[in-house]
This record gives sequence, structure tokens and C-alpha cells, in this order.
Amino acid sequence: MRKASQTYQQDILVERRSSIFTQGEERDEGDCARGDWPLSRGANKGSRSASKGLTSASVSARKSCRAHAMPAHQEPLSINHIECEKDSVSGAVSQRACAFCGARVVLNPITDAFHIIHGPIGCASYTWDIRGSLSSDSELFRNSFSTDMSETDIIFGGEGKLARAIDQVVQAHRPPLIFVYATCIIGIIGDDVVQVCQEAENRHGIRVIAVQAPGFSGHKAMGYRLAGEAIMQVFGSQPRLRSSGGRQDNQRDQSDPQDGERDQASGINILGDFNLAGEMWIVKNYLKQVGIDVQCGITGDSTYAELLRAPKARLNVVQCAGSMTSLAKKMRDNLDIPFIRVSFYGIKDTCDSLINIAQALGDELATERARRFCAEQSAALQPLMRRYRQQLAGKRAAIYVGGGFKAISLIRQFEELGMTTVLVGTQTGRPEDYVQIRRMVKAGCVVLDDANPAELERFMLDKGADILVGGVKERPLAYKLGVAFCDHNHERKQPLAGFVGVANFASEINYSINSPVWRYI
Amino acid sequence: MMLDATPRDTVAERRALVANPCKTCQPVGAIYAALGVHGAMPHSHGSQGCVSFHRMFLTRHFKEPAMASTSAFTEGASVFGGGANLKTAVRNIFDLYDPAVIAIHTTCLSETIGDDLHAFTSDIEIPPGKRVVYCSTPSYQGSHITGFSAMTAGFIEHLAEKSGEPTGRLLVIPGFVNPADMRQVKRYLDDFGIDYTMLPDTSGVFDAPMTGKFELYPAGGARVAEIARLGDAAYSLALGYWASEPAGNVLKRSCDVDYQALGLPIGVSATDEFILALTRYSKIPVPPSIEEERGQLIDCMLDTHQYLDKQRVAIAGDPDHVLGLTEFCLECGMVPAFIGTGTPGGHFEERVRAILTKHGRKPDSCWVKAETDYFEIHQRIIQEPVDMLLGPSLFKQIARAEDIPLVRVGFPILDRYLHSYFPLVGYQGALHLLKAMCDALMDRLDRDSADADLEFVM
Repeated sequence: MRKASQTYQQDILVERRSSIFTQGEERDEGDCARGDWPLSRGANKGSRSASKGLTSASVSARKSCRAHAMPAHQEPLSINHIECEKDSVSGAVSQRACAFCGARVVLNPITDAFHIIHGPIGCASYTWDIRGSLSSDSELFRNSFSTDMSETDIIFGGEGKLARAIDQVVQAHRPPLIFVYATCIIGIIGDDVVQVCQEAENRHGIRVIAVQAPGFSGHKAMGYRLAGEAIMQVFGSQPRLRSSGGRQDNQRDQSDPQDGERDQASGINILGDFNLAGEMWIVKNYLKQVGIDVQCGITGDSTYAELLRAPKARLNVVQCAGSMTSLAKKMRDNLDIPFIRVSFYGIKDTCDSLINIAQALGDELATERARRFCAEQSAALQPLMRRYRQQLAGKRAAIYVGGGFKAISLIRQFEELGMTTVLVGTQTGRPEDYVQIRRMVKAGCVVLDDANPAELERFMLDKGADILVGGVKERPLAYKLGVAFCDHNHERKQPLAGFVGVANFASEINYSINSPVWRYI
Repeated sequence: MMLDATPRDTVAERRALVANPCKTCQPVGAIYAALGVHGAMPHSHGSQGCVSFHRMFLTRHFKEPAMASTSAFTEGASVFGGGANLKTAVRNIFDLYDPAVIAIHTTCLSETIGDDLHAFTSDIEIPPGKRVVYCSTPSYQGSHITGFSAMTAGFIEHLAEKSGEPTGRLLVIPGFVNPADMRQVKRYLDDFGIDYTMLPDTSGVFDAPMTGKFELYPAGGARVAEIARLGDAAYSLALGYWASEPAGNVLKRSCDVDYQALGLPIGVSATDEFILALTRYSKIPVPPSIEEERGQLIDCMLDTHQYLDKQRVAIAGDPDHVLGLTEFCLECGMVPAFIGTGTPGGHFEERVRAILTKHGRKPDSCWVKAETDYFEIHQRIIQEPVDMLLGPSLFKQIARAEDIPLVRVGFPILDRYLHSYFPLVGYQGALHLLKAMCDALMDRLDRDSADADLEFVM
């Protein structure tokens, strides 16, 4: 686990992780200048001291530092002083998921891969078709496979069961790629999952990759890293085909990615788009119009064969930075592919991203085409945006999303709609994200890390938010508070990326904020 | 399609692999049960991800917020035990969320490393007037249904006391059902004028109205004070052999309160049995309002029987539901063809076969299996097609793949709204189900009929 500073810097706007506090507590709103705020009643009484060291509970319950203190701090903010990316506090009603969930959601959209969850049944049930990733080809990845470990398996070990499970999947479906996820108890009971997977590779001549993602190893961001490592393994080597019965045609279309022949490189990879509501297709289509080849989308609507092409790309563009930065860094370090961060949410970010990609490739023609394409598309949206601005100007938005980069895009999108962002929270935002968020938001905006429902409620009401953008668990909370809602997570039903996404987003925000139902509360 | 890979020729034996599970793990049931106690904060003693999944799952079914906290195990806790985490958690929860009771359940992780909740909780300082209850719900045993019964039993075990002063109350354990079902059962109890405690009771929790205020502890739920007095209850009725009977048994053992276990009152006979049990208990004849309701149901069954007769149906879901649904289908003249549940144990197959026999069918006239999964049920359906599917949303892909109408019933229903506002139990519930089944079959008739056969009158 990453160590973060225990000292609280006066100008940090990030609400401490899992800042659980009592409703109705008196808060000194203007005072952001103390180094160490006693916040909760418990902390004042000293009764929390026992929890120090074990978790961050004792220092977690911070007051919200209001942005009106911002102008006083002109010097660059040191990211070392932002506390985020830490574990949730014991006893918190955290909105966050675990490492397994992170790995699963990242790898799930690979459409011809099979996913076997090695552990008791729950982890497979909850992640069965967990996100609406669309596929242009096989839908098989949407099935849910588990070893459904029972008590006797726990006692006697699950290696044999796992090996048989892999055999059964291979016999029935012959997928080119299988991911095996080891959940919480597998490491505890000592199953050697890596060995079982290796042996299965040898037996069947297909890739069988172990993803050791026990939930206790960290939160979702840890799972993203593990997924990145698994994808690196996919790139890394061929299946060791020892038995003659294995499928040979997996071997086609594979070049050794480690050969260092970068001069053959072309095109880009899109990292961190999971093709929710077909967003990967929208982005790929834009790139096609601009004249940029896409080797592989990672992982939305990708296949094993496409993944093997990924090392040939000249550039990685990272869309969901929270989930994919670690993979991008590994690909940069090991495969010599540089990366840039992009976002296709909102007009400005979509335009900037397309142009930046073309420029990063040094392709002047494509850059010119991108400029023209973006100018056309933006202009075409303007009448629509003007109409929505009339409906939405002055409305206040609250944002609670997974990653920091998406939050940044959303702040901008709300600006484009004439709205003000009054609350920003993320589950896995990184210090740099928070620095940027702080620069972007207007005075009075509350910034939270790993917020819990009580905090979201308090600050949404405090700040008079008209709409919350969040995920599945936040929707009913918002409605209960009389706040409109837009799902910008797994349950989005229309694409929110690209220019078409801008129109969809504005329409969703508008119909939720201006629904006639609000009149009857 | 997702199910394209399902082999169409044979049904392969799978022992090591579950494909498309028909159950989930115990803790989500424990959380659902705990949320049926007013002022309770369910607490998951395990990794932080578990509780996130459970809350998501409950929210997707009920479209309502679901609160629960977590011990947030780290690697350290997994090695050295979660005692310190639990201690911190309990203190934080009481400090910050101020519940009346914390309802702790274990997970596969805390069970496997051998955390002893009894020792931990007796070591923790609990604020005056507050309570902590716990139960053991390792994910590698049972299913969400056994988790529900374990938590219900946990409340009884840790809260119910016998003072010797009878309350004259009836304990009703409603089973793992929707709030509307609990309301339906309570309405019958009220019609009889019976003084009762329902545990758990998620009505007013998972169907709480929109008020513009978020209540961490919504108005509904069994009261802790009432649960504490259950030791002096007159009798208990446990609705559901899997979800409820174990808790009734716990009260019998700890406080010597007799109980009767019944199936979920789904359909005519099962509801009759429940109503008769109320008559026996209260010594009050069946109120006319209930007689009338029953008569309406029978009337509607007669009206519609021509469309339901001999229709082959596959039924899946939770065992208590599946038993009730099987019997109601038989009462409507339908032919249960495949009956499955993912939940292990409880003599599922024998109980289903007993129902078949009772209705004059051969006990082996249909395929019955516990601990099955949707992949296998799909394979059976491919072999011998059916006219209708009855079960949770997870049936959806099979419905599409085989072009069979699906009537959604049970848990989880993730892809439809309002279902939890309409009862399944009681005569009213059977009416709703009957309408849904007829609509599904008759919509299909309309869809498939030739132009000349499309009729206004059916």
C-alpha cells in the first residue's frame, strides 16, 4: 500500500479518504488553515487514537476545505500532500469495490476470452455480465464461470478442481484465452494458481493466465494494475504447446512482440475504453475519418488476436486513466510505446484528444483532418448546445465517479452546458487528478476522495446540487434526496463519448433535471 | 449470442465448473435480512469489495439504496486476523452512523482465516443501549438464502430473551421475499387481528417513499425491542423451509417457542395452508375479506385455464420460491418440465417430487435438480423445449436464445422496475402472477398468429 503523508497541508482540497462524520456536526467552514483538524467527536475525545496506525480512521474525518481559500495559495500544489489512493476505513460505508472487481471489469470486455473465477460463488455471480460492454463478434465472454468452491474444497485445496474446470471450459468452448481469477481465500488456502494455469497452457496449447486478485490486496485501482499485468502476459509470450491436441490456429497472426522492430510500428492502441454502449466504435470511427489506424482497443470489443497486435502500435492513447495508466507505463517501459492521456467526453476534450493523437503521431495530414473534422462536428452541435444551455444554465452539478480523469472531463462538460460543478468526488482519483480538479473548479466546490453516502448527501444538499453524475449505488440515493441523476458508469444505456455522446449527455442531464416528476415532490 | 456456445446435442456432466450460477453467496442474504431490522447497520467482516457487490446487487434488484459497512480487510488483517479491524469498525460505526444495532456477518475470507466473532464481539465495548449481533455466513457454504436465514437466526440468538412473561405474540418469518410480499402477509395477520412481530421486515425499507430526504435508517423494519421480547412469543410461523425455518428452530431451542414451518404461500394450496395456520393459531374463522380474495383468484384461474393448460414450464430460482411456483403451475394445469435451484441442501428434490405426487403426477415426470446452474437448465430446455420460463432475470438470455416467453419472478430481477411493489405471495400475489403468465403466453400467441387469426377477443 502506498504511504501518504499523515500531515494535512492547509491548502489541500481533497477530503480525506472515508471521511466519515456525524450528521449535523458543527463545522468551521472558513478555516482551512490548521494543519491538523480535530474533526469528529471521537477524535476530539481521543477515543480514536487506538485506531491510528491500523487505518486512517483517526485522521480521516476531515472537514471539507472550501475552495474559497484557493486564491491565497498561488504556489504549485505538491501532490505529495494529497491523501488519496489509500485503503478504506474499517466501518465505512465505502462506495468502493476491491482488487478482484477492478481486474474483472478491465479484462471482461475481451470478447473471445473466458473468465473462470476461482473461489466461492459470490464473486462470479456479482460480476456476471457486470458491465454493458458491447461486442462486434462473440458474446461468449458474457457467460459466468466459477469453481464454486465448497467447504471441502477449502479444506482439501482447490487446485484439482480448478484444473478440471479449465479442462471443461476448453473441451466445451476451445477459447484462445482464459483468465483465471483467484479471489480472497485462494491465496489463504495456498492453491498455486499460477502453476495450475501454466500446466493447463501446456496441456491445451492456449493461453491461461492467472490473475491473482484477492479482494484484500487493495481497492479497485490495485485490480486495474493486476489486469494490466495480465494483459502484458498476453502480449508477452506464446502458449507453450507441448501436447499435440492443442489448437494451432491461435498461432496465426502472432508476431513476436519483443523483437524490437519498432520501425514496422503503425497506428495506435486505445486503452481504457470498454465499449460501453458502443463507445469504442464511436472513437474508432472518428479516428478512421481522421486517417489514424487503430491496432487494438484495450479492452472494449477486443479479441485475443487483436491484443497480440497491440505491441505493434506507435502510440497508446489512454482514455480511462484510472484503470489503464499502469498498463500504459508498462507498455512504454517494456515495448517502447509512448502514451498520452485522452478523453472523449465533452466537445473540447474530444477535439483536443483527436488533434493531440494526430500530433503525437507527427502526422500533419491527420492533424489537419482532425482539426477540420472537429470544427465541423463542434459547429454542428452548437444549435443543440444553445438550446440545452437555455434549459440548464445556472444549474448545479455534483460528480461522483470512479476515476479522476473522467471527473475532469465532466467538470468541463458541465461548463459547456452553462452549469456549475459544486461537488467532485472520485473512488480512485490520483493526486495529480486532484491538483487539476482543484485548478478547474469554481470557488465553493467541495472535493472528496472515497466519499461515503452520508458525505455525498450532506454536500449535495449543502451545495444545492440539481443533478448527480455517478454509478449504480448512487442513483437511488440521489433520487431519495430529490436530486436528478445521470449514470456515467456501467449502467449507461446510450454512448456518452464523442460528439454524439455530448448530445446524449446533454439530453440525459436535461430530461432528468427538468423531469415533470419533480413537481410532485 | 451469449449462449451460442451451449452444446445443443448433449448435456455434458460438469462437476468442477459452475456456469451461469443460479445462486449467489450468503452475505448478500445476511445484509438483506439485517436491513429488515429498524436501525440496523449490516456489517461485512471481510474485504471491502464484498460489501460493494452486495450493495450493488440489492440496489439493482430493488432500485433503492442499500447501506452496509465493511471491515475493509487488508493483507495484514488477512494474515494476523481481523479482530482489530472489527474493533475499529464497531467503534466507527457507532460513532458515525449511530445505528441501534450492528449486524455483523462473516465472509469466506474471515471464516477461512478463522476469525472468531464470538471472542471478538465479547471483547468490544458496546455503547449503552446499543446492540451487536452476528452470524456466520461463509460464502463457500449454502447460498444467499442460507445467509438470509443465518442472519435472521443471529438476531434471535443474540437479542431474544425469555422473561417468562408471555407477550401473546406470533413471530412471522416471511422468507427471502420482496417488501410487497411482507406487506401482503402482514395484511392477512391484521385481517385476523393477530398481534405479531415480523422478522425481518423490509417493507418501509426497500419500498420507502420519496420524501426529499435520505434516511440512513428508513421507517420500516422490525424493532430491536420487539425482537428482544421474542423469547416470550406465543408461537412462530416460518414461511420457507430454507430461508426461514432455521431461525424458527433457533427460537425453539433457545426460548422454547414452538414453531411451524410452511412453504412460501405462493398459489392456492400453499396460501390456504398459511391461512389455516393463522386460523388455528388465532382460533378465528377466516375473515370474509380473505374468503373473497380466494374466490376471486379461483374465478380468474377458471377464466384463464384454457390458455395455461398443458403449457410446459421451466422454473428456476430460490428453493422456497421454486416450490411455491411449481405447485401454482400445477394448480393452473401447467406442466412443470424443468425445476432447478442453485441453493444446496434442504431435500429440494424430494420436496418437489412430493408436490408432483400430490397433484397426481409421477414423481419423475420432470427434471428436478438442486445445485444446478443456468447453463445446465438451458441444455435441458434445448433437449425438450418449454412454453414458458418462470424465474429471475438471469433466465433472460435463455429466453432470447430459445425464443421462450419469460415471466420474471424471484430474486434477483435486475432488468425491470416496480416488481418489488407487487406481491407474489397470498391470493393477491397469485393473481398478479396469473396475470403475468397469461399476458406472456397470450402476447406470444398474438405475436405468432397469422394475420387472419389475430383476434380482438380471446
